[in-house]
This record gives sequence, C-alpha cells and structure tokens, in this order.
Amino acid sequence: MTDMANMTPAEAKAAEKERQRLLKYYSASQWTLIWWRFKRHRAAMVASLLLGLMALAGIFAEFVAPYGPVTRDTSYIEGPPQIPRFCDDNGCSAVPFVHGTMTKRDPVTLRALSVPDPNVRHYLGLFVKGEEVKVLGFIPTNRHLVGLQDTDQKIHFWGTDDLGRDVFSRTVYATRTSLSIGVIGVLISFVLALVIGGIAGYFSGIIDNVIQRVTEVIRVVPIIPLYMGLAAAMPKEWSTTQVYFAMTLILGLFGWPTLARRIRSQLLSIRYEDYVVAARLAGAGAKRIIGQHMLPSFTSFIIVDLVISFPYMILSETALSFVGLGLRPPSVSWGVLLQQAQSVRAIEQTPWLFIPAVFVVVAVLAFTVIGDGLRDAADPYAEAK
Amino acid sequence: MLRFTLERFVGMVFTMLLVSMMVFLIMEIPPGDYADRYAFRKYSGTGVNVTEADVQAIRVELGLDQPMLVRYFDWIGGIVLRGDFGQAFAFETSVTKVIGDKVWLTAGILFATLILTYMISVPIGIFAAVRRGSAVDYGLTVFSYLGLALPNFLLALVMMYFANLWFGADIGGLFSAEYQNAPWSLARVWDMLKHLWLPAVVLAWSAVAYQIQTVRATMSDELNKLSVTAARARGVPERKLLIKYPARLAVNPIVSTIGFDVNRIFSELPIVAVVLGLTELGELLLKAYLDLDMNVAGAILLMLTFAIVFMNFLSDLLLAWLDPRIKLGAT
Repeated sequence: MTDMANMTPAEAKAAEKERQRLLKYYSASQWTLIWWRFKRHRAAMVASLLLGLMALAGIFAEFVAPYGPVTRDTSYIEGPPQIPRFCDDNGCSAVPFVHGTMTKRDPVTLRALSVPDPNVRHYLGLFVKGEEVKVLGFIPTNRHLVGLQDTDQKIHFWGTDDLGRDVFSRTVYATRTSLSIGVIGVLISFVLALVIGGIAGYFSGIIDNVIQRVTEVIRVVPIIPLYMGLAAAMPKEWSTTQVYFAMTLILGLFGWPTLARRIRSQLLSIRYEDYVVAARLAGAGAKRIIGQHMLPSFTSFIIVDLVISFPYMILSETALSFVGLGLRPPSVSWGVLLQQAQSVRAIEQTPWLFIPAVFVVVAVLAFTVIGDGLRDAADPYAEAK
Repeated sequence: MLRFTLERFVGMVFTMLLVSMMVFLIMEIPPGDYADRYAFRKYSGTGVNVTEADVQAIRVELGLDQPMLVRYFDWIGGIVLRGDFGQAFAFETSVTKVIGDKVWLTAGILFATLILTYMISVPIGIFAAVRRGSAVDYGLTVFSYLGLALPNFLLALVMMYFANLWFGADIGGLFSAEYQNAPWSLARVWDMLKHLWLPAVVLAWSAVAYQIQTVRATMSDELNKLSVTAARARGVPERKLLIKYPARLAVNPIVSTIGFDVNRIFSELPIVAVVLGLTELGELLLKAYLDLDMNVAGAILLMLTFAIVFMNFLSDLLLAWLDPRIKLGAT
C-alpha cells in the first residue's frame, strides 16, 4: 500500500474508487457475481436479447401478428414478401408504404400471379385496427402493432402460402407454440431428472445400479425414432390441444437421462462432505438434505444444463412436426410451417416459406450461446476479481 | 483381455434384453392391436361386415389373446431363434421380406457417414488445436455452432437444391432410375456409391461439428504434456512429434464415442431419408409408424438399437486395445 499522505488528490480518489470496487466485489452474492460475469459475455447478451424479443412476440402474438394464423387472403396467394419502402418512381413519402397488387396470368404456365401495381400506394401505420382478438387470451382488442392504414387492404411482410395465409403472422404464432413446448418439455424432464438423479445419487447401491441400467437403455435408443413411435401412437381423433400436451409429455419423458446423470454424479461426489454428514447426524431427512444442503451447491450447473437441453427439444419438435408425426394443422409451430416447404420445388418457387427455419436456427443458436455464457459465468470464484 | 471382452459381452446382451422389452412396449402402445388393424385394412371398403367375433377369431389365430409376457417371449423368441420378425401389413408378407436388402443400404449409408466424419474431423481438429486462437480456429468454432443449430432436414433440402443446380436432376435417392429395381451387380453398386455422398455429407455435418471440438480439446490438453516438451527438446521434428505423442491419444475419445455417433446418425436418418428420398430403414420406419404397422416399426427400431449397442461393445474393445489403462480401471 502506498502511503495515504503522499498521494495527490486524484490518486487518492482513484484508490478510494478501487477500494469501493473491491468492497462491492467481496460483499456481492454468488448470483450477483454470476450476473456480472455473464454481462461481460457479449455474444450471450445479444443472444438473450434476441430470445427475449422472440418470447415477447410469442406471448403477445395476437397483438404483434397483423392477422390470425388461419386468416386467408384469397387475392394474394403464394405472393412474395412485400417490403415497405419510402420511395418509388412517383416520389418519396415520410410514411412507409407498399404497392397495391393486381392479378396477372403467367404467359407460359397460365398460373394466376399477384404482381405489384406501382401506381397504387398503401401506407403503413402503427396500432391499426384489424381483427378482433384477445391478447393473452383475455384482453380484448382490435388494435395490432403494425398494419395498413387502409383496413380493407392487407400487407404480407413475408409473403403468403398456397392458401393465402400470412407467413409473418403464422410465424409469430408458431414462435409461441414452439418455444412453449420447449419450456414445458424441459420443465418436465427437469423434475424427472431431479427425482431420479436424486434418488440414484443419494441412496447409491442397488437402487443406483438399477436406475443406471434403465438410464443407459433409454440413452442407447435413437431418440427421434423413439419419439416418433410414441407420437405415432397418438389417436388421430385427438384435438390440437390434446396433441400439444401429449407432445410436451413425450419430449419431457425422455429428456431426463443426461441431466439425471449430472445430478447423480454431483450428489455422489459431495455425499461425504462435512456439511452433509453434519446435516445427517443432526437428524435431517433425505429430502431435506438433498434439497436444502446438497442441491444449492450446484444449482448453477443445473441451470446451464437446462438451457443447453432446450435446442434438442426445439429441434425434436420441429423434426417430428415436419414429417407429420408431431403437431398437426391447424395448430402452427415452426415444424408445421416448414412442412409446406418440403420439396426442392418450394425453394425455387416460394422461398419465403423457409423464413420460419431462420427462427429455428436463431433460437437454437441463441440457447447454445447463452448456455456457453452461463457455463463460463456459473463458477464466479474461478478467477480472482 | 479375454476377461474384459467377456464382461463387456455379457453387459451387451443384458442391455439388448432390456432394449427389446422397451421396443416391445412401444409396439404395444398404439390403441387397438394387430387384429383390429388387420381386419380394418383387409375389409374396409369391400362391403364385408366385420363383427367383433371376426376380430376375436383373428386374434386367437395369431395368439394375440395371450397375456403380454407370453406374447413378448413369442416375439423375441421368433427373432432370436428363427430370425422371424412377424407379419407386416404393407404387402401382407413377413417383416423380413419388407425389410429385405434395406439393411445393407442402411449399413452402407452408416459406414459412409462414419468414414467421412472421421476423415474430416480428425485432421481438422488436430490442426485447430495446433493453431489455437487463429482465424481458422475461430471459424471452426462458428461452424460447430452451426452444425448443431441447422436442422438436418433443412440442410438436406438446401444441399439437394444446389446439387440439382450444379450436377443436374438425377441426384436424390440412392439409385438412378435404371438401377432402382435392378438385381445387385457391380454397376449397381457403383451407381449407389455415386448417390451415397449426399446423404453422407448431410448426416456427417453435425457429427463433424461435434467431433472437431472433441479432438481439438483432447489435442490441446495433450500438447501441454511433458512428453511433448521432452520430445521437442530431443529435437524430434515437429510433424513426427505430433503424430507420435498427442495425435495418438487424441483419437481415443473418438473411438469411445463411436456408439454416440451411430446413435446420432440413426436418429437423424428417418427425416433426412424423407427429404432425400432414400429407400432404406429410416424411411421405412417412418412409413411404418404413419401406417401403425408396428411389427415392421418394432423390428427396425430393434435392429437400429442393437446396431448401436453392438458398436458400443466394439468401441469398448477397440479402446481397451488402444489404451491398455482402460482394462485395468474397468471392474
């Protein structure tokens, strides 16, 4: 330490600031430290932001989407995306607009084509009136985030499918379905992993052996064919809601082995730590020892594992729905939407039907990057200061 | 080594037993049983009125009225003793006939994918570890992320689109039109090899992304070992040194995860097969599921899983041979 008396006022100020910083660091809780470290991981912060936006769009889908997921616009079938613009040949405007459409016939195939009509402008507006919907299922409104000021006209940011349904609106609704299936699936497998891994790790011995065997069998069966088998068993007459919950159950019921293994090995490694032995000697029950004393010591690692298991849930759901064994229309999920884009023909003629795939990729990447960021941050004492 | 092999063998058989029980349970889950579906298939649309008694008669004839345990032993016994997987709906023939040579096609795809995976990931992983922190290393990390994030069916579609663009229309499927139903011949095998690369690349994609990271991590650890420093001090040329010490060990984790790779490939196979129009087990499995043809589905699921268990067994043996420490550590 330098002598306080010999310092210039500026140096003293800096030293005081440093002292405050260290004080803050040493008195911060574990979770605060994790948050600080996580904040420094820039990619993870960007990923969190993207994912947050997606989740918000999904939660408020009715408000964000200009139209309903099954609303048809028969005058714009398989129409390409309409990109809002400020300028055209007739001059510029402060309010963005899109051109109106007119129907023409393809001179070769005689297919009806919707082409832009450069002489008609439709202006965009915020909070425009549209279909009557219930946000969150109970707040009635007819306002939507964006749309056309002329309520008789429709805008399709990402084009329409073969039935004239708005791809943008459908993707927003699908985001809700796909993300929520992931969340519920992960929660179910988390609870199962906690119970199964907890029992195996705490009691060990024969119980542990049996559980290990069963876990191994589930891990060795290829997972998508296994999911497919269970999904195929869903009766055809089930409603979309029933299918939805059955899907979350199927995904959740077989997602636990990896996490259960982690919990088991962690529990085994701290079984004979002094504080665990002390709790046992004090007469605490198994449930209390595991829940109160052992689990908190590796909660952060469990969270990392949970975040990392999201992509598998999302990809599995997408894959199952894609081949027609998961969710079924009229429900919309990313996989259901991509079902329409199954052929090379779709890439050539209606490439905008692939936009939902971008969402899948972004969501999976975001979860993976956040998982990495959390893993680095999970042990805040690893590096000094 | 003999004792180690025997132990692993017994473990393998035991796992296969449990797996077969699980597969049997999955076959039992769909509502209704074989007799219901058989009667429905055979008589729907023919005007014949099927009564509950008729269905019951079919059930008794096929032994489906027996308790579940008896039926399980019937099923697994038929497979183990006679190689008989039961009846398939599709063409009212046996499952064995429906599956036919698809087993070999699937094995072909599997080995092509595995070879491709290791041929790419081992050298690149070693390279990334030696050049840690370089632009190449950074690029590979990004690639690895993408390997996980791109849904395989999307990759398959995009690859097929570009393959069509660059190589002409005849690229999907496993055979050209003229060889589709031709008997096996050298020309047909050659034709298949020409079609095999596309599914192999699609299926290898995520495995490569994953294995590069594994090789890179082990290699990085090994590079810091004293043996490497000592060899360098002795003046062993850099290339020879890399192969002799760290690279040898960096292959071990790959050997130990062969089973996982096979598992991943089989898991992705049905979906990729649909997009690429491959006529092999994965595609048949999906079709069987959609038709609730559970005898076929169960047979395929069992074959795929047994293959994985067997590959696990092989990888255990191979690893013990490569790294004798494993044998001593194993109980």
